[in-house]
Amino acid sequence: MKELIDRIIVQQLGHDPQTWPMTQGLYLAAMLAVGAALTTFGAIFAGLLSWWERRIAARIQSRVGPNRVGPQGVLQFIADALKLILKEDLIPADSDHILFRIAPYFVMVGFILTFVVLPFGYRLSPTNMNVGLFYVVSITALVVVGILVSGWASNSKWSLFGGIRAAAQVVSYEIPAGMAILVPIIMSGSLNMHDIIRAQGGAPWDWFMFQTPWGYAAFFILFTAMLAEGNRTPFDLPEAESEIVAGYNTEYSGMRFGYFFLAEWGNLWVMSAVLSTLFLGGWQVPFVSMARLTAWEAAGHVPLWFYIASAVIFVAKVLVLINIIVWIRWTFPRIRVDQMMNLCWKYLVPIGLGLVILAAATELISFQWFGEAAKGQARVGSIRDTLHFAFFLIAGLVPFAAFVLKTRRNIYLVGDRVDLTNW
Amino acid sequence: MALDQLVMTKFGEGAGEEMILNMGPQHPSTHGVINFVVHADGEVMHKAVPQVGYLHRAIEKIGEIVTYPGFMPYTDRIDYLAAMFANEGYALAVEKLLGVEVPPPAQYLRAISCELNRIASHLISLGSMAMDIGAVTPFPYALRERESINDLLEALCGARLTYNYHRIGGVAFGMADDWAPLCRKWLDHFDRILDEWDRLISFNEIFIERLAGLAVIPLEMGIDYGLVGPNLRASGFEYDLRKAHPYGAYPDFNFKVPIGKAYAGAHRGGQVGDTFDRFYVRVLECRESVSIVRQALDKFPAGEFMAKVPRKIKPEAGEAQSRIESARGEMAYYVVSDGGERAYRVRARTGSFLAMGIIEELSKGLMIADLVALIASLDVVAPEIDR
Amino acid sequence: MTALSFEQVHQKLSARFGEAIGPVQPAKKDAFCTFAPPRLVEICRFLKTEPDLWFDFLEDLTATDHPKQNLIKVVYHFYSYRHRHIFVAKVEVNRQDAEVDSVEPVWKAANWMEREVFDLFGVRFKGHSDLRRVLLPDDWIGSPLRKDYSESGGYRDISNVRDNPLDLYLSMDRQLKAEQATPELAAEGKAPAAEGPPVKSGA
Repeated sequence: MKELIDRIIVQQLGHDPQTWPMTQGLYLAAMLAVGAALTTFGAIFAGLLSWWERRIAARIQSRVGPNRVGPQGVLQFIADALKLILKEDLIPADSDHILFRIAPYFVMVGFILTFVVLPFGYRLSPTNMNVGLFYVVSITALVVVGILVSGWASNSKWSLFGGIRAAAQVVSYEIPAGMAILVPIIMSGSLNMHDIIRAQGGAPWDWFMFQTPWGYAAFFILFTAMLAEGNRTPFDLPEAESEIVAGYNTEYSGMRFGYFFLAEWGNLWVMSAVLSTLFLGGWQVPFVSMARLTAWEAAGHVPLWFYIASAVIFVAKVLVLINIIVWIRWTFPRIRVDQMMNLCWKYLVPIGLGLVILAAATELISFQWFGEAAKGQARVGSIRDTLHFAFFLIAGLVPFAAFVLKTRRNIYLVGDRVDLTNW
Repeated sequence: MALDQLVMTKFGEGAGEEMILNMGPQHPSTHGVINFVVHADGEVMHKAVPQVGYLHRAIEKIGEIVTYPGFMPYTDRIDYLAAMFANEGYALAVEKLLGVEVPPPAQYLRAISCELNRIASHLISLGSMAMDIGAVTPFPYALRERESINDLLEALCGARLTYNYHRIGGVAFGMADDWAPLCRKWLDHFDRILDEWDRLISFNEIFIERLAGLAVIPLEMGIDYGLVGPNLRASGFEYDLRKAHPYGAYPDFNFKVPIGKAYAGAHRGGQVGDTFDRFYVRVLECRESVSIVRQALDKFPAGEFMAKVPRKIKPEAGEAQSRIESARGEMAYYVVSDGGERAYRVRARTGSFLAMGIIEELSKGLMIADLVALIASLDVVAPEIDR
Repeated sequence: MTALSFEQVHQKLSARFGEAIGPVQPAKKDAFCTFAPPRLVEICRFLKTEPDLWFDFLEDLTATDHPKQNLIKVVYHFYSYRHRHIFVAKVEVNRQDAEVDSVEPVWKAANWMEREVFDLFGVRFKGHSDLRRVLLPDDWIGSPLRKDYSESGGYRDISNVRDNPLDLYLSMDRQLKAEQATPELAAEGKAPAAEGPPVKSGA
């Protein structure tokens, strides 16, 4: 973004960015504008996602969901937000006043700040940090601070329970998440989100998920770990409604309560964006190979339709993942604290370690065999392509087809029929 | 200061070892208004002491104030989820005192309405158990099927929850001509729904992991604490009042009695009498009830649906006990008459009341999340406990 | 698995315990017999452990109040799962000083049922591990299922008497009719006076 602003200063305003006194001011104004835009996007998306999730949940449960406020109930989240803002701001008398008030902001900050590096399309992200992924992982750790502080500051035993459960869960699942993130980092050789995307391709068999078995396994491990970090079912113990009322949320009312939920829904975007960047090829457009893209870049002019297509593709992938996460929430029960810890430490961590070692070993070996050309994005002939395609068929297409057929069978067994117009 | 000193100054002296929490009486997953005083050390409990009585409405005292027929609506409220059974138990006890013989069509109607109500009650029990474990979706599915049962029973007797359908001497209304085909159609549909239920939640990996091997109730302990109904059958004991001491129309029907057989599977730690058994026994009982209703509709006799009883019911002095197999276990009514129009004493001993006594014993060493599963699996409802 | 009849069970008990077992009262419809209080626990243990009897299920434990005889009769229903037979017994206690041995050592199911009898009838059970009220609040005064129980006017400043709302409505109705009275209606005699004798409905 700095280059963009420098270019604007030079071309539109005719000043030299180094010497012009207003440069810093313009940078600041641009940062504030982009920050506001991203925060707005995050908030609006979280609100819309709340509506979408409620409609999906309702259809899964044989009912309709919010459909009154606005066309198909789309404005429901605005009604909810207005209601929350206008509510009485209750601070329990025995609570820790300062901590109680700032806890939601930790959570919000931890979620909003990740938007700084998340890609939205080809070169459509506010910054191009070369440690972008590392930044995302570290910033999302602020959320657990917020949850723990809210559980403690509420001065209620149920909230404390929720806060502690959440802290244990999120901190534990950082480890397998980190290891699963290491796999695409090794496979692509960079921490930069855009470089990782460039190391993949547009077609599904060029995605890291379907290229190699360890990529495939790492996707599922990262998916599980992100569900746990985002407190989504089956890992929603911290807010397990039927056991501890609302966990760390219990004493919160009004917009403070709203912030927690905003952050939870917004986190879905972040999670899905990271997942699709790392494993699903990000903004890579099918049928546009990296060779063509580098040719455009060398010529200095990338066509506009590519920008738009990349954005559309990226958003589509993120939405598909979000739908899967919502679907899982309304299908599965929740697991217990000790089972969750077992899963993390006894299964995911060793498997994650194994995957990292496997990925690193193969990269090293292929580097030895194929030399520099093997690193990152260059292809080494059709053997690798064929292997990727075969793995995609076995691990991707066949399970998907089996799943679709089984779902159809389930629907017909109950005497129902597949009706996609039934909304 | 050190963290444990901080905890003690904030929460008090005994806080180091044991935390005392109140689960309820307003709580999303205690079944009705019940309070549990949980003595917990972190996530693991030392014990959970139930406190009941928030729904005590002195129904047994009211039984001494209103007339015999006038008490029938009150029996609905003893267990509003399985109201037909409560009706039937009281009717049987008073009929025993009067010496009245109930005509066969009334017995069949009682059986049909009771079995449909059993399915409805089990649907709520299973759905809310799934919801307590965290799977929210099965509950609306169960309610959707229960809507159909409510519609059928509304067509039969005019009410959807507290039916007041059985009368002393028979039932209040007969069956309309178009009721049986509707009922059959729904039964065919419901069979497939039960299969879907199994696919959706019964054998879900996470669900079984949560419930397998949890809170195993050995048979002797169950009998000693007085557990009845599906709770006792899940411990492997094949005892059903409908088979052991058949009443009403049940001798005419052919059905199995599902018992606990460690359905979770030994490889997941399932044991006979664990929580999953108590869940799955109820699923199987729904299937048996469907079969009973079909048989009853097939064999329905002709005749009156109400016996000739005097207008003012004044049984001779004496006492009678009737026992019926309600959805929550054996419900026993003990009616003492002194020859007058009003009962001298009406007592309803319900299955949920006895099940509360075992919770404190079983909760030692469980986690709080497990306590929720345990309460749900025992299928206690507050109105039955408190009356 | 042989179900014994009521008389046969009674015979076995009388043979063993003699006068502690009262005669079979063939009260209409359901027979029962009376135990003497002192040996209650012993009798119950015999009922539970004797192989031919094997009453392993304490089905019901309740009480009935008989103020005219100055007695509270604690009623026990026993059932045997093995032999599928029942037995009913009563123990009579004095109303003023109602105390009886607890059978909790024999059947754990008695725990909560005896608490309920204590709560609603005021019968103390000696040897009970945790005798406190179960259905009513801990600081409730009185035993509601006794025949002479009268609510003492409230619980902790919450009154349980109020004026009959019907009186209020009837007086309001009378006032309304008086306001709507026209001369014609007055001539017909259909307009009541606004102030009339206070209407007291049968409460």
